[in-house]
Amino acid sequence: MSSTTIQIISRNKYYNWLVKNLFSSWVNTILTVISLIFVYQVGSFFLNWAIFDADFRYNFQGELIIDRGFCSKNIMPGEYGACWAIIFARWNQFMYGLYPIEEAWRVNLIYALLPLAIIGILFDKIPFRRYFIYFTFIFPFLAYFMLYGGPGLSVVGTNKWGGLLVTLFLGVTGIGLAFPLSILLALGRRSKMPIIKSLCVVFIEFIRGVPLITLLFTANVMLPLFLPDGVNPDNLLRALVAVTLFQSAYMAEAIRGGLQAIPRGQVEAAQSLGLSYWQTTRKIVLPQALKIAIPPIVNTCIGLFKDTSLVLIIGLFDLLGIGRAALADMTWTKLYYEVYVFISLVFFIFCFGMSRYSLYLEKKLKTDNS
Amino acid sequence: MQTNFFRKIIFDEKSRSLLIQTLVIGLFALFIYLITQQTAYNLEKRGISSGFDFLHISAGYDISIRLIPFTSEDTHLRAYFVGLLNTLMIAVCGCFLATIIGFLVGIIRLSSNWLFRNIAYVYVEFTRNVPVLVQIILYYSILLNLPKIKQAIVIFDNFYLTNRGFFSPSPIFKDGFSIVAWSLVIAIIFSFFLKRFLKKKQEDTGKQYPTFMINSAIIIFTPIIFYYIMGMPLEFDRPVLKGFNFKGGMVIRPEFLGMLFGLSIYTAAFISETVRSGIISVSKGQREASQALGLKSNFIMRLIIIPQALRVIIPPLTSQYLNLTKNSSLGIAIGYADLVHGFGGISLNQTGRAIEIMMMVMLTYLTISLTISFFMNIYNKSVQFKGNA
Repeated sequence: MSSTTIQIISRNKYYNWLVKNLFSSWVNTILTVISLIFVYQVGSFFLNWAIFDADFRYNFQGELIIDRGFCSKNIMPGEYGACWAIIFARWNQFMYGLYPIEEAWRVNLIYALLPLAIIGILFDKIPFRRYFIYFTFIFPFLAYFMLYGGPGLSVVGTNKWGGLLVTLFLGVTGIGLAFPLSILLALGRRSKMPIIKSLCVVFIEFIRGVPLITLLFTANVMLPLFLPDGVNPDNLLRALVAVTLFQSAYMAEAIRGGLQAIPRGQVEAAQSLGLSYWQTTRKIVLPQALKIAIPPIVNTCIGLFKDTSLVLIIGLFDLLGIGRAALADMTWTKLYYEVYVFISLVFFIFCFGMSRYSLYLEKKLKTDNS
Repeated sequence: MQTNFFRKIIFDEKSRSLLIQTLVIGLFALFIYLITQQTAYNLEKRGISSGFDFLHISAGYDISIRLIPFTSEDTHLRAYFVGLLNTLMIAVCGCFLATIIGFLVGIIRLSSNWLFRNIAYVYVEFTRNVPVLVQIILYYSILLNLPKIKQAIVIFDNFYLTNRGFFSPSPIFKDGFSIVAWSLVIAIIFSFFLKRFLKKKQEDTGKQYPTFMINSAIIIFTPIIFYYIMGMPLEFDRPVLKGFNFKGGMVIRPEFLGMLFGLSIYTAAFISETVRSGIISVSKGQREASQALGLKSNFIMRLIIIPQALRVIIPPLTSQYLNLTKNSSLGIAIGYADLVHGFGGISLNQTGRAIEIMMMVMLTYLTISLTISFFMNIYNKSVQFKGNA
């Protein structure tokens, strides 16, 4: 008896949900039908192209695909299924660029350790958090040693780096270097000293007023002009300088928002206890301000991560650059949908992950405060 | 005595801040001095001359997308203006399209229909989490994959969609068309005053007038009437297939369309989020109160919800417009001849005046950014709370 009752209730529940959310009025019913047709059309088109009609590593005849001619139905993109073999064939380049393949384990190791290095910053309630934080500070040196080489490891120049390695390197290092810089800029912008304040304001507003691509160009063309003879940073380093300055200006604005949200009373109370400016800032203001500012900071990080794709224009081979290089190869021409959809997917995974994290933080902050 | 002097400098807030600032300014000046010295030295060593005289020599390259005439004999300065106009054109068109898509999607995301609003949600998540550059290149490659000129997709007999762009008839204005155009301007001005008059009358008498309908009719029918009075002074130059290309008409190039779609689809996702949060921010009581007063639902939206939501929407919308304008510099990736591509790219390579050219390009973008923020700030003030509340 009880099972039938549950059944009726549950059916009612689903039925109610359907009526409320899809068929509440005749306008809604029409919208639902149109939406269903739309979803079916788009979804079936995309799934057929990407999965059901697609060739992966092997074509439907069972041959290993080594160029476009082996894809069972190739000719026009969009008309037939995808030929994902290009992704498999170029997988190493997408992941490491021209990094020597026998040394690729070094990159893999860093990829594997990267989550461990940032997990301590992302979550505050994990066990052994302190050790994770220690590791975060060791990680840059370890990564430099492993990726670039040094005593005991062969040197791999940054001109050999590419693909996801460059994208992640610019994203992570840019954010990491920009963070301390942006705190100084944000504090400087709120400083009472007019000269420091105006320098910071001019810097921030200038960087935010021009496109990243002009900064990249400037760094690429003009940095060698600014520096003495012996110093000649390579292309990746030049891009890193531009990306760091760019990110620091945006992050500074996010942090300034956090600083403004701190009530004056906090500062006054700290001062009346006899704390100096730096003590007040470090112990009272910044911990609170950064906590509020984390969601907008994460948003600027998402923006930066996407913007790293711009280095393609100054001739670096990031994920997108490698993709274009793959398309320039005669054996794989006309497979651009496959390549661009793959690259979009990689970026989507990272950026969507970050935006989920930002949402999670916002929710957490809300419950913390109330 | 001496210790006192130092104590004063370190512990007195005023003199300390003076000291720090002097130090900072000194360091900054030193930094600038060293860099300029080094740059001058480097330039001299590499035999690169400087100055803005290169602006007046002929550019020597052609720009296919242009709003003002340009040939390879024209100067670099003119190439700068061609690029600037192209940047402004894509920025204005992109902002316009992005606003329309963004508002639509933002409102759809608040729909009571679960399926409908989640389609919009999927759109937003997929477009804003993929770099705009990847999207621009992807849409551009879709456009390049359209049929060739010979197999063009024909729309309404006169429009052709091909891999070389979108061909459409171009209007030819004959004598007397200016009168039609003026009649439109006068109709718009007249309807503006009519609206104020009817509004005042409504406030006095309480009687409602169908102002919107009347004004639409005036604005639509006045030019049409004049058009026929003047003897239809407008003809169309239709694109005709001759040899390998279309002759006549006008063409919107795939570079422009790729930029337009990429920029506006990407930015629209962000705009839709600001629109959504703006509408949510209007408290529920406002809607309930207007329902209790018996207002119709479209009046509630237009008179109660939107004006209050705009206050929240405008500031982030401004920064989205700024982002779109800055992102329009990505035209270089697909060959759209904007400021960075033509002047900042080709002119720079030909003349080698990197510093001068990058300065000009950056200052131009700064000016555009500041102008947009200036006007949006004025608009923002006009929609903020009024009165002394």
